[in-house]
Amino acid sequence: MLRQLRSSLLAVIVLTALLGLVYPLAITGLAQVLWPHQANGSRVEQHGRLVGSTLIGQDFRSEPRYFHSRPSASAEDPAATAASNLGPNSASLSLQIRSRLKAFLGREGPYDPGLTAAMVPADAVTSSGSGVDPDISMANAAIQAHRVAAVRGLPLAAVMRLVAAHTGGLSGGLFGPVSVNVLALNLALNAAYTP
Amino acid sequence: MTASGWLQVGLLLVVLTAITPLLGGYIHRVFSGERVLLTRLLGPVERRLSALLAGPEPAAQEWKGYAGSVLMFSAVCWLALFLILRTQSIQPLNPQGFRSAPWDLSFNTASSFVSNTGWQFYGGERTLSNFAQMAGIAVQGFLSGAVGIAAGVAIARGFANRAGKELGNFWVDLVRALLYVLLPLSIVGSAFLVSQGAIQTLAGDVHLSTLAGGSQTLALGPAASQKAVMLLGSNGGGFFAVNSAMPFEDPTGLANFLEMLMMLAIPAALTATYGRIVGNRRQGWVLYAVMLVMFLGAAAVAYPAESRPSPAMRAAGVHGVNMEGKDQRLQVSDSTLMAVAGTTTGNGSTDTALDSFTGLGGSVPMANIMTGEVIFGAVGSGLYGMLLMVLLAVFVAGLMVGRTPEYLGKRIEAREIKLVTIGAIAVPLIVLFMTAWAISARYGMRSIFNAGPQGFSETLYAYTSQVNNNGSAFGGYVGFLQPHAPGNTGASGVTFADLAGGAAMLVGRFLPMLAALAVAGSLSGKRTIAAGEGTMRTDTGVFAVLLLATIAIVALLTFVPSLMLGPLVQALTPRLF
Repeated sequence: MLRQLRSSLLAVIVLTALLGLVYPLAITGLAQVLWPHQANGSRVEQHGRLVGSTLIGQDFRSEPRYFHSRPSASAEDPAATAASNLGPNSASLSLQIRSRLKAFLGREGPYDPGLTAAMVPADAVTSSGSGVDPDISMANAAIQAHRVAAVRGLPLAAVMRLVAAHTGGLSGGLFGPVSVNVLALNLALNAAYTP
Repeated sequence: MTASGWLQVGLLLVVLTAITPLLGGYIHRVFSGERVLLTRLLGPVERRLSALLAGPEPAAQEWKGYAGSVLMFSAVCWLALFLILRTQSIQPLNPQGFRSAPWDLSFNTASSFVSNTGWQFYGGERTLSNFAQMAGIAVQGFLSGAVGIAAGVAIARGFANRAGKELGNFWVDLVRALLYVLLPLSIVGSAFLVSQGAIQTLAGDVHLSTLAGGSQTLALGPAASQKAVMLLGSNGGGFFAVNSAMPFEDPTGLANFLEMLMMLAIPAALTATYGRIVGNRRQGWVLYAVMLVMFLGAAAVAYPAESRPSPAMRAAGVHGVNMEGKDQRLQVSDSTLMAVAGTTTGNGSTDTALDSFTGLGGSVPMANIMTGEVIFGAVGSGLYGMLLMVLLAVFVAGLMVGRTPEYLGKRIEAREIKLVTIGAIAVPLIVLFMTAWAISARYGMRSIFNAGPQGFSETLYAYTSQVNNNGSAFGGYVGFLQPHAPGNTGASGVTFADLAGGAAMLVGRFLPMLAALAVAGSLSGKRTIAAGEGTMRTDTGVFAVLLLATIAIVALLTFVPSLMLGPLVQALTPRLF
């Protein structure tokens, strides 16, 4: 009994030092040397100023010249991640989706006259799991491209070329392109067509 | 549903099947004390650590001694983690200046990580310092995983032993599991995750102003090193509240694929290790085949179910797939497959909000856990949980043909069957009792977030997940109230949920483990009988079907009524609540 207690205490102390300090600090050192960009949060700058992380979505709704991210249940706060956690038969979820749909149609409809509710992709009106989804679907981007092109006074084809260049997003191409990275796309728009 | 979604399911299982005998054989060599590639490097460390903990000449222990070491070590681990959580405010590496966690939340969290559950009532990025994450939470990712692997191997030895009652030395097994299995795989895994975009730094928050002029705070920390061991060791807790949905933990589709593989690798490999320990590899493959079939079944139900709109979406006039609670890079395919991988294994890591799954889709992760975590299960405990079901299947078959049941040439008698009953049947009963208690008491209802049947589902999921040591959740269920204020100020635990869940996790971990160790002790050294004409073989497809049926019948009889009250009723109605 006492022997086991002594072994247990020794084990917890030695192993906490090895696995709780040496191991994570060694991995941190390795990561900072080999992949400093990723290890520090894939940060991006514009004109030398830190503007975000390509892995973390941002709220662009105040600026019509930008592509907008998906709805977020956590105000796109990466320091307090959360999903809505509303159930599949939730009446309040249904109300939220209805009002997002109305807002989406109101925002994009004037620039894309053929747009109907049936054409709105699910990702545009549902909130993400992380609350900071950095991506939108290609269909969502194709609709928003009309507004971005009109507000910036650009040909739609030019905007769509940039969308295509930022498609693939985070899937790594292993299972086909699935998403458009919104922050990277908006930064590329700014770079190509100085606002 | 897409072709590439199904392709990914197939690819995952092909890769898993290919590495199972390789990793399983490696783990067998490690625990037999044979030389492996890493022995040259780690041998001296292993010898010194073993000598320190078990003495210069480690003696093999019988089941009671082994169980005693497990319990004593786990108790000290629990106390260490509890103290770290309670004294967080005076520790180093706390750039955000977080206060210590409340006592009831600390009870739940310490019980969670020591029982290899990974259940989290707290949100990591707003509650825990870098020190508590590294030296508290992540260390238990290693230690509780290693305890599971050691116990699984020791129990397999007991099943195999032809003579003698010794199952091995716990301290020697613990050190081997850590140094040769979990540590090297975690180093490779965390390096890979960082290369994909997972964060690994000791810095605190980074404040910035966004492109559209808003403000944003990036919470940074040593996430990758913790994530890797949480996946490999079946604990599964996230560095961030939303676990792998957070891109800093699971940045790409490729990373997501590897994360699923990391969750499945060791639990699957241990079936091959088992086959080698008992000297008949087919015995291991039978267990693997049953697990694989159940995994495929789960994916085949969940993926189509999530590829449709939920009733809430339909009522709002939106069609397409159920994207509520799912991230775009992961879509329905990766989100659903990881939910299946995270609940068939005892891991509980997910990259999506299960609470927002459709009724049918959400019943799949719950049903996976309700099998008693034997579809791969957690490292070690998945193996011995499955072995208890094997004995049950052998016993049922023996009753049907009127012969004394045998397994591996050993008679299965009243003592073993009593212990199997305790190990395999007690857990589901505890789940049902705790759910009934929590749902019928006002203090239990406080934790519920959604209205209607979903509120019941949240409660059922919470206790199913905690008692079976999974750790995934219908995330609306709360046990910790944190106001939007810096440094945990004013945060408080929901005492009933924290204490009931914490106690349930400990019982759910150690009761079946002790029962399985006792069975192994009872079988160890039992006289073997040569196989005759009437012997039922347990390394055939017929037995695999019987085993599958036994697991399914036990789970269905126990849980169908409660599943009907929660997720399934929502699958059957378009009504909103």
